[in-house]
Amino acid sequence: MIRIELRQTQSRAFTLGVPILSAVIALGFAAIPLLAAGANPIAAYAEMFRGVFGSVFAFSEVLTRATPLIFTGLAAALAFRAKLWNIGAEGQLYLGAMAAVAIGSGVLDITGILLLPLIVLMGAAAGAAGMVAPTYLKTRFGADEVVTTLLLNFIILIFVQMMLEGPLQDPMGLGWPQSAPVLDQGMLPPLMERMRVHSGLVLALILAGLAQFMLARSVWGFKLRAVGENAAAARHAGINVNRSLFGVAILSGGLAGLAGVSEVAGLKGYLTADLSPGFGYTGIVVAMLAGLSPVGVVIAALFIASVFVGADSMSRAMGVSSFLADLVVSVSLLCVLVGGFVARYRIVRASTARAVS
Amino acid sequence: MMDILNILLSESFWAASLRIATPLIFGVLGALICERAGVLNLGIEGIFVVGAMCGWMAVWLGAGLWGGVLVAALAGAFFGLLHAILTVPLGLSQHVSGLGITLFATSVSYYTYRTALPNVSSPPRIEPFQPLDLPVLSDLPFLGSVLFQQTALTWLALLLVALVWYVLNRTALGVAIKAVGDNPDSVDAQGLSVYGLRIGAIVVGSALMALGGAFLTMSAFDAFFFGMVNGRGWVCIALVIFASWRPGKALLGALLFGAFDALQVRLQTEVGALVPGQVFLMVPYVLSIIALVIAARSADYPRALLTPWFKGQR
Repeated sequence: MIRIELRQTQSRAFTLGVPILSAVIALGFAAIPLLAAGANPIAAYAEMFRGVFGSVFAFSEVLTRATPLIFTGLAAALAFRAKLWNIGAEGQLYLGAMAAVAIGSGVLDITGILLLPLIVLMGAAAGAAGMVAPTYLKTRFGADEVVTTLLLNFIILIFVQMMLEGPLQDPMGLGWPQSAPVLDQGMLPPLMERMRVHSGLVLALILAGLAQFMLARSVWGFKLRAVGENAAAARHAGINVNRSLFGVAILSGGLAGLAGVSEVAGLKGYLTADLSPGFGYTGIVVAMLAGLSPVGVVIAALFIASVFVGADSMSRAMGVSSFLADLVVSVSLLCVLVGGFVARYRIVRASTARAVS
Repeated sequence: MMDILNILLSESFWAASLRIATPLIFGVLGALICERAGVLNLGIEGIFVVGAMCGWMAVWLGAGLWGGVLVAALAGAFFGLLHAILTVPLGLSQHVSGLGITLFATSVSYYTYRTALPNVSSPPRIEPFQPLDLPVLSDLPFLGSVLFQQTALTWLALLLVALVWYVLNRTALGVAIKAVGDNPDSVDAQGLSVYGLRIGAIVVGSALMALGGAFLTMSAFDAFFFGMVNGRGWVCIALVIFASWRPGKALLGALLFGAFDALQVRLQTEVGALVPGQVFLMVPYVLSIIALVIAARSADYPRALLTPWFKGQR
């Protein structure tokens, strides 16, 4: 007989090793679909590597792609720490993006240096607002936030399409469903000349550092972790659980809203209904790969962004579908889940287990 | 007002409602079986996609319609087994595992479709299930066109409602499945396998979910599109709670949903000029949230839902 036993201590090697190993396994797994598509896996991997590290521009594209993923990854990581299952980052991203173009495209008569901070704040507020209703429905009626946030993603996306054919439509846009461009002074300045990477990345990194510090060192972070680990015990200890949930919900939604701001005001310049290729959902994978650690989110986002950018360039060169990237990302999530199990438990022979206890 | 009444009394309206409800009936039944055994299956959205793609592709490759249904069910069962292994013996987070299955199943389907059909401008079509035109019965005044001109898959869905009800309420297996979702320790004490029952329920439930997807490509439409499932799986997860985990109420919930959805399509053509069309598109999702909120307070969740159970560990 064998049985499964909780490890007494968790080694540091495991907490670091599991995500890295998962990433490697997921990349290795990609050989199967590559072979199925009739491509030479080694050539494909080489092409992916070139697409990521082949030039300064290539790597700057990874940084550009990682920026929204850091925001949505943080959004998921903070919420999941409190066991608040915010799966609505995709919708909250669009709310932030809508706020950014609504304020930033010259509708409001604000100019000069005030515009950009206002866009960032209102974008975050819009994203946060998107998380208020699900959290209210959860705390007041016990409606599962997984389902409400998931369904809200669809509602918000339809709302975006409606706005882009209505009030937010660019009058100069020849009838295309896209918004007017954000004014120049409302744009997040680029970081490097002739590259697309922009200062949204700096904001993302600062917020990741801040989140790491707050989570580990502040009373707020302590309460949040307490609520996540055992809500009943936290309530018993005098923590206002609902208030903690609303707090983290607003932060989580706000971070997801910033992903939308950063994509609109840092990269695209205007809003279309296909702004996000699922950054909200991918943020969940980022957060899980990161073990819900904010600093880990940055590293995980860089990895996932590399997979996407590398797969894109491989896809162009070799004619393999770029859905390969989504495959690798989803497999890495499943691997890190199993890896987390291996790290937490050990399998022992029942006889020896009895001898130990 | 008269218009709405006219719509509600028309045969085509109720026929459409049942058509829209069919994939949801499969999905809600599947989710219901999983949750009754104590495991939330958020892989449902991806399993719908897999069912839609595999069923369609099998037919397209010449397997025949029922061959396609079988392939879809097996594909759903496979991804269900994956979810079962992760959540039952390994006891991992049912939320994260389910979302992982959805991402994995969706990307496998999309990648396979794209690889098999690299450059098609319009998706290839199959000959889908045809309405079962039953002699005599189809000529009945009202029921004739509502009930007896649906495709075989709708009939299968209705049959499964009865079957699932029967198994859950009238057989020892059903008692065991419900017990394993409420109090796994008691099941274990009786010498039954908690793992076996839970894994089995998830596999069967996932196969049913995949049939919901297969209905989309093999009966409602005749081709596979990216994004065609469009949240139907998540709607099912909301409807299960609305149905308080009962097959009969699941059927009712799916039918109500179908009726509202059919109504919004018809209202759209009536008052489409006054309101932007997107408002109507939001209706199904808003309805699901409302249904969830109404049901959530009094919801009698299976008591061991979301709680992993390990053998020999009390």
